[in-house]
Amino acid sequence: MAVDTPALETQFTTLEQQHQSTLLGMWIFLDTEILLFGGLFVSVFAYRVWYGDDFDMASGRLNVLIGGVNTVVLLTSSLTMALAVHAALTGGRRLALWLVLTAVLGLAFLGLKGYEYLSDYREGLVPWTARFSAREWTEHTPPADPQHVALFLIFYYVMTGLHAVHLSVGIGLVVWLTRRAMAGRVTPDRSDVAEAIGLYWHFVDVVWIFLLPLLYLSVHHTPEDFHF
Amino acid sequence: MTTVVDYESQAAPPPPDDEATRSYLTDPPGWRSWLVTTDHKRIALLYMITVTLFFLVGGAAATVIRLNLIDPRGGLVTAELYNKLFTAHGVIMVWLFLIPVIPSVLGNFLLPLMLGARDLAYPRVNLLSWYVFVLGSLVTLFAVLVGGVDTGWTFYPPFTTKSSYTYVNLAALGVFITGFSTIMTGLNFVVTVHTLRAPGMTWGRLPLFVWSLYATSVIMLLATPVLATVMVLIVVERALGMGIFDPALGGDPVLFQHLFWFYSHPAVYIMILPGMGVMSEIIPCFSRKHIFGYAFVAAASVGIAVLGFLVWGHHMFVAGQSVYAAMVFSALSYAVAIPSAVKVFNWTATMYRGSIIFEAPMLYSLGFVSLFTVGGLTGLFLAALGIDQHVHDTYFIIAHFHFIMVGGMVSAYFAGLHFWWPKITGRRFSRPWGRLASLLIFAGFMLTFLPQFILGYLGMPRRYHHYPPEFQVLNVLSSAGASILATGYLLPLPYLLWSLRRGPDAGPNPWHATGLEWQTTSPPPKHNFTRTPVVTTGPYEYHGAPHGG
Amino acid sequence: MPDRSHLPQIPGLPFWPQQASEHAAQVDHLFLFLLAVTGGVALLVIVLLVGFSFLYHRRREDETTPRIAGSLPLELFWTLAPVPIFVVMYVWGVRVYMHTVRPSADAYEVFVVGKQWMWKIQHPDGQREINELHIPVDRAVKLTLISEDVVHDFGMPEFRTKIDVLPGRYVSTWVHPSKTGRFRLVCNQYCGTAHASMVGVIDVSRPDEHEAWLRDHAEGSAALEGRKLFLKLQCLACHSADAAARAPVLEGLYGRNVHLRGGGTTTADENYIRESIVRPRAKVVEGWEPVMPTFQSQLSEEDLIHLVAYIRSLRPGDTPVPTNHFPAPVGAPTGPAKP
Repeated sequence: MAVDTPALETQFTTLEQQHQSTLLGMWIFLDTEILLFGGLFVSVFAYRVWYGDDFDMASGRLNVLIGGVNTVVLLTSSLTMALAVHAALTGGRRLALWLVLTAVLGLAFLGLKGYEYLSDYREGLVPWTARFSAREWTEHTPPADPQHVALFLIFYYVMTGLHAVHLSVGIGLVVWLTRRAMAGRVTPDRSDVAEAIGLYWHFVDVVWIFLLPLLYLSVHHTPEDFHF
Repeated sequence: MTTVVDYESQAAPPPPDDEATRSYLTDPPGWRSWLVTTDHKRIALLYMITVTLFFLVGGAAATVIRLNLIDPRGGLVTAELYNKLFTAHGVIMVWLFLIPVIPSVLGNFLLPLMLGARDLAYPRVNLLSWYVFVLGSLVTLFAVLVGGVDTGWTFYPPFTTKSSYTYVNLAALGVFITGFSTIMTGLNFVVTVHTLRAPGMTWGRLPLFVWSLYATSVIMLLATPVLATVMVLIVVERALGMGIFDPALGGDPVLFQHLFWFYSHPAVYIMILPGMGVMSEIIPCFSRKHIFGYAFVAAASVGIAVLGFLVWGHHMFVAGQSVYAAMVFSALSYAVAIPSAVKVFNWTATMYRGSIIFEAPMLYSLGFVSLFTVGGLTGLFLAALGIDQHVHDTYFIIAHFHFIMVGGMVSAYFAGLHFWWPKITGRRFSRPWGRLASLLIFAGFMLTFLPQFILGYLGMPRRYHHYPPEFQVLNVLSSAGASILATGYLLPLPYLLWSLRRGPDAGPNPWHATGLEWQTTSPPPKHNFTRTPVVTTGPYEYHGAPHGG
Repeated sequence: MPDRSHLPQIPGLPFWPQQASEHAAQVDHLFLFLLAVTGGVALLVIVLLVGFSFLYHRRREDETTPRIAGSLPLELFWTLAPVPIFVVMYVWGVRVYMHTVRPSADAYEVFVVGKQWMWKIQHPDGQREINELHIPVDRAVKLTLISEDVVHDFGMPEFRTKIDVLPGRYVSTWVHPSKTGRFRLVCNQYCGTAHASMVGVIDVSRPDEHEAWLRDHAEGSAALEGRKLFLKLQCLACHSADAAARAPVLEGLYGRNVHLRGGGTTTADENYIRESIVRPRAKVVEGWEPVMPTFQSQLSEEDLIHLVAYIRSLRPGDTPVPTNHFPAPVGAPTGPAKP
């Protein structure tokens, strides 16, 4: 039924064509994002080959508890996002609810990440600040090269920071979609935008799945590492 | 419960009846409507104005460079200013001119027309791409012209990160921003080609210009993000004093070179592929003959895009790469030459037993094919390890890439500009002036850059503010050529602008060309076609009796 | 205005650089081969373009053309025919390149430090030069180079080779001069304001002249300077080559395979020795603790070259004996100063 004619842009001849183009566009955009993060992954791999021990020692100081909790948060948000997309496709009534939950979980991730950054700073793990002590690392047992530790940490902040920026954009998109949903404008025949945002959200989740082992999990952690 | 979606009932409304009588240039009226337009044709013109301005700025920098090099002592400007000038020239010409020019000007204008579509898939993203381009360009121009950057367009660390006390961060930011414009354009083009082809327009019936834009867009999408990454890392290193690429702080300067050239080598194919696409449209038209080897030319575009990602190490043969890496990259660099050669042979064969006329677009195209061939062949010298060791970072390299980028790419843009000028503006330009400009450009170009091959083999390094006096004769010849080249480049401005006011009406198809863009009026109406065309043949059916007007 | 009077003039053909080595001649041969082949192809294309333009110039407005969409045999031909030619170019290019990267036995060794904006050259027996390199003719010369700041490039056009000079690690290349004379040295990698002034002279002379030059410019050899540093910086405190040593023995180290802590081996070359001084924790020898401090901030690249030269020269028995092993001279104070 076409009581409320959905917006078909003039360059398209059918809704199906428009739908296809939205999704194709999002898939291609996500490919470009893989290349964006890819350059950083390659750099970390290269340095890890040369400075593996120092990198492991730095990695061991990251807060793996928060990292782990955040992973659960983000994975759950992907679940709620998938449920939201399903609701959009089928006209389910809980669409707005799932979207709100997704955004909330995303914000929770960012909140925990912010807290983690703060605690990293307090522990002297931010290399361009005064609290970072080169001596702490050279006098460590076994000793580590503070410049290599700083290199690891820089990549940690750049990669998780870039991820957080992408997540923030995702939260913005989800909020925007929620408002449209509440205005009744996300219907099954106009569900392509919801699907595309869902794809983006899952991508941000997948990037985190790769970041977590790369940065946090490559070294054996002891119980002392599990703290808030 | 699933709702069945009735797609058929959602057919698009036809454009208003009288739209076909109005030109996109005046529909809707008022200059403000241009700044919020989503019409791909208007956005193409917005790009045209901006890249032309940037071309003139980059050209002005080149003019000062060549004037300075007349005297071996480099008397015209100080060394500091000279270094900022060649940096500005490279940054502006690469990112603000060569990369966007054909895709964002001719591509934006023609892609929907050639496909029989009403617009690109994402018209608002298209407009956004222009604004992002303008923002990034302004930041970049401010950095290199007002502030001054003296790192060279290649930004090599550690010089870039610790030794260069200039506006590097701002320039990196500007380039970073313009990269998003490139990605948006590439995304738009790929999706458009996939989803908006007219009925009957199979992949095997796409014009070769479309194939080249498609291949270019794939490179744009996959390479540009790596540029974004490396610019971010440079800024982080400078701003925070961290040693990502600085060995004194634990980093590796060669890692930068790998990341940088992983983008920048495919970038040169972003620059040249659209130009090759233009050739494949013009040569059949002015030979009045089917393109020779359509499938091979299309496949060659794809082949160049793929192989172009595998050869970046040939910029680093003397940079501390291992011998084995050098051997692999040398072999792959020979491989990437083959698809380009295939195209040149196919264009030449197209002219065989054709019916050839020498309008301005054809003259520019003949210039392209000959200059690109020479430039491409000199690439074979560089792929040979033993020779590259000698000529790397000398004027031989400068001559090589200027033959391809300027003799090739800029000629291709001028060819395309003149070919589609009647379609874009509805006017014809002056025939004798058009031909004169093309000849001046060809002659000026040869005089400017042929001596540079010799200078390079003799050992004159690049980026030298002053040089040994025995190189003076060749430098003076080169600078003399540059003055002729500059004149040739400035010449189209007056006669093209003149044609806007006083040029005769072009009619829909003044060159009697095939291609859907010529089936609509000149200039086209806002939505391109009054009814969606249906395609039944391939794009180069020039044989048999000549087409009517 | 920079003084150009010391740079060599180029005699001979105005458009061809001199050949200072056999390698240069081989590069020129390869170049001429490529010129012939590519020139031929370019000529063919241009002749065809011009020829077709004349032959098939439109004479009547209504003339028709045949529909020739392509020819598979022709496409295959010009796609595959370049391949064997490219293989020849590739292999020839690799072989010529190998001259500069393959070590020659009994090479005359020179160390080069590049910095903005000069070249500092260090000969094994201690002679130092700035922007000039004196080497003997008819002998392989090994150049080991490093930068003190940014990336430079040691360019030798008459030898037809160059190499980028990086900060942080040594790179090496070989040349084999076959002609005496003065040749051009240039910096090819843009390195800042005075990049164009970072030029010099490569002076190739007969062996007897070269010996005379070395004698006239002798100072303490690099190894001797290195020994002084070795003692001054207290390296001997740990690397004493006796039972009380807290660090591995350095005698006979150069060129040996070293087993590393944590697995793996490496060859003890110049880069390894240098790295062990500036980043001692990077490669610790198996069986030893990583307790060596870094000396990066206390040593310039030239100091490091001296130390490397010294350590390379150490044969069994060469390690100096610590002075506290000898009895004090009669009358010398042996305890703490009395108040």
